[in-house]
Amino acid sequence: MGTLIKNFFIAFRQIFIGNRAYYLWVAFLSFFILLGLSAYTDQFNRGLITTAMRDQVSWGLFISNFTFLVGVAAAAVLLVVPAYLYNFKPIKEIVLFGELLAVTAITMCILFILVDMGQPMRVWHILPFIGAMHFPASLLAWDVVVLNGYLAINGIIAFYVLYRLSIGKEYSMSVIGPLIILSIPWAVSIHTVTAFLYNGLSARPFWNASILAPRFLASAFCSGPAIMLILFQIIRKRSEVDIDNRAIFKIAELIAYAMAINLFLLGAEAFKEFYSGGVDSYSIRYLYFGLHGKTSLVPWMWAATLMNITAFFLFLFPKTRENFTTLNIGCVLVIMGVYIEKGMGLVVPGFVPDALGEIYEYSPTRSEILVTMGIWACGALLYTLLLKFAVPIYTGKLRFETKDKERYRTAGSHAGH
Amino acid sequence: MGKFTKKKDGIHLDRRSFLKGAALGVAGIALPLHKADASVWEAFFQKRFIEMNDAEKKQVLARLEREYEEKYKIAIKVGDEKAIPGVLFGYGLDLSRCIGCRRCVYACVEENNQSKDPQIQWISVLRFKKGEKWVDLENSDRYYNPELVPEEGYFTMPVQCQQCENPPCVRACPTQATWKEPDGIVVVDYNWCIGCRYCMAACPYGARHFNWAEPGRKPEELNPETHYLGNRPRYKGVVEKCTFCIQRTRKGLYPACVEACPVGARKFGNLLDPNSEIRYAIEHKRVFRLKEDLNTNPKFYYFFAYGT
Repeated sequence: MGTLIKNFFIAFRQIFIGNRAYYLWVAFLSFFILLGLSAYTDQFNRGLITTAMRDQVSWGLFISNFTFLVGVAAAAVLLVVPAYLYNFKPIKEIVLFGELLAVTAITMCILFILVDMGQPMRVWHILPFIGAMHFPASLLAWDVVVLNGYLAINGIIAFYVLYRLSIGKEYSMSVIGPLIILSIPWAVSIHTVTAFLYNGLSARPFWNASILAPRFLASAFCSGPAIMLILFQIIRKRSEVDIDNRAIFKIAELIAYAMAINLFLLGAEAFKEFYSGGVDSYSIRYLYFGLHGKTSLVPWMWAATLMNITAFFLFLFPKTRENFTTLNIGCVLVIMGVYIEKGMGLVVPGFVPDALGEIYEYSPTRSEILVTMGIWACGALLYTLLLKFAVPIYTGKLRFETKDKERYRTAGSHAGH
Repeated sequence: MGKFTKKKDGIHLDRRSFLKGAALGVAGIALPLHKADASVWEAFFQKRFIEMNDAEKKQVLARLEREYEEKYKIAIKVGDEKAIPGVLFGYGLDLSRCIGCRRCVYACVEENNQSKDPQIQWISVLRFKKGEKWVDLENSDRYYNPELVPEEGYFTMPVQCQQCENPPCVRACPTQATWKEPDGIVVVDYNWCIGCRYCMAACPYGARHFNWAEPGRKPEELNPETHYLGNRPRYKGVVEKCTFCIQRTRKGLYPACVEACPVGARKFGNLLDPNSEIRYAIEHKRVFRLKEDLNTNPKFYYFFAYGT
C-alpha cells in the first residue's frame, strides 16, 4: 500500500514538472476548455436551441467530430499491424504513442456524444443491466459496446506496457499478445459499426450506400496516421524519445495507399450517383454543386477533394514523402481534407434534403464551435498529460519503487551490464 | 498494540465518512437537493414505463400530476388508458379532398400540448404544383402561405407519423425509449428518452420532433386531459411525435385532426374491424402508402376518393 501511494505521487508529480512552454501550452488549452465549458453550461441550461441543429438537420458539428475521431482512434491499428505481426522494429517502438492517441480519441468521442444529448443526465439508460440498452437491434447500442471495448483494450495495453517499463522490466508478449491481436479486428469494428450506424438507415439515401463502411476505413487510415506523424515529430523534438525516420516514412507510404483507395471509392460513389442520376442523388448533388441555389457546403467539399488529391501525390513520391516540409504539408492537407469529408461532409448531406424534401442549410453556431474547440482542447490536454507519464517512463527517466527492493536492484544491475 | 488498532479503526472510519460526505456533495451538485423532496430522485431513477407494474405506474402518474401542478399552476390529469384488445388503429387521408387549410395542424397543436415557442407541429402539409413530379417530395413546399385555399394549380398532402408496423425509429432507439403499442401506436416515454435523436435520423417521414428548448406554451393554453404516452407536457431535450391522439382514441374518440378537417378528408378506425370506414376505404379506393419501397409498412393510407 505504501509503495502504491508513493508511486502515485511519483507519477502525479510529473504533471507539475515542465518548462515555460509546457505551462503556456497547458494554460492555452485550459483557456479553450473554460470557454467550451461556459458555452456548454449555457447549452445545458437552455437546451440544444443554442446550436444550429433543428428537426430538419438533427445532427451537426458534434456528431461530425465524433465520426472523424472514431476514425483517428481506429487508425492506431495501422501501427499495430506491421509492428507486431511483421516485427517492423522502427514502428514497434512507437506503437505505445499510437495507443495513447486511440485512448484520447475515444475519450473525445464520448465527450462529443455527451454534449450532443438532449438529456445527458439520463446517459445511464443506454447501459446494459442498469439501463435498457437496445442490443442488438440498435446500431447505437453496438457503438457503445465497441467503443468502450476499444477504450478498455487500448487502455489496458498502454497501462500494462507502461507499468512494466516503469518498474524496470520488459513487458511480456504472452500477456498482451492476445490483446494486441484482438485490438486489430476491434479497431476495424469500431469504424465499421460507426459506418453502419448511418448505413443502416433506409430513410437517408446518402448514407444508405454499401460503399460507406469501406470509405470510412480508407479515410480513417489516412487521417489517423497523419495526425500521428505530426505528433511523432513533436515528441521527437521535445523529448529524448528516438523515433526512427524509417518509421515515419513507412507510415507516410501507407497513407499514400490508403488515400489511393479512399479516392477510388469516392470516385466510384460519385460515378454511380451522378451517372445514374436518380432521386437519391440529390444529397451528393447538394454536397458538390448545391441545390436550388443552396450551396453552403460546396466550397468546403471541393477544397477537401483538392487537399486529398494533393496529399496523395505528396505521399506517393518518395522525394516529397521523405522531405519533412512536404511531408508535413501533406499531413495537414490530409487531416483537413478528411475532417471536412468525414465530418460535416458526411453528416449534414444525410439530412439535406430532409425526409420531406426540405433543404435546411446548417451552419454551426458560435456556441457549437466553442464547445467543439473545448473538447479538442480537452483531448490535447489529456494526450499531453498522458505523454507526461509515458515519455519519461519510456526513456527510463521515471522509475517506480517496487516492494521487492532486492529484485528491483537485480533488474537495475541487469540493465547496467 | 491495542491503542494502535484503535487508531487504525479511527482513521478507517474517518475515511469512510469522508467518502460518504464527498459522494453526497457530488450528488448535491448534480441534483438540486434543496429545492425538492424525494421527487427529483424518484424522477431520476424512474423505470421505463413499459416495465412498471400497475402500482408503480399509479405512483409515477401521481408524481407527474404533482410536478405539473407545481410547474403550471393548473391541474393536469395524466392518464394511462391501455390499448383496447382487438384494435389496430389505421388512418386514411383522401388527397382528392384535402384543400391545404392546415386546420388539422393547429387542432393537433391545441390538443397535444406542443411547444408554441419554439414551434413544434406534428403534421406537415406539403404543397405540390400540379403537373410536376412529386414522388421524391423534393419539389414540395411546406411554408406556402396563400390568402385562400384551395389554390388553383396546386394540391396538398399532409404528412404525420405513419405509425409503421415495421418502424425504423423503434429499431434505432438505443435505450428502448420508444416502442409500438399493441394497438399499433408508436409512442415515446418522455422520461426515458436521452435525446440522442437517432430515431429522427431513422424516420423516413420527418415525423419525429425534438424539444430543442424548454417547451414554451402558456399554462392556460394547456389541454389538461392527457396520457402518459401522449400529450402530457414534455421536457426540453426529448423527442416527441404524433400518437393518433392516444388520449382520445383509446376512449373511443376520433383524433383531433379528424374532427378538425372541414372537408372530411381524414378517416380513422380499426383495421381489424371489417366494417370500419378505414377498411372500406382501403378495399374500395385507390390506396397508396408513402415511401412504400422502404417496407416500413405504414398504417397511414393515402387515397383518392374521386375525380380530378
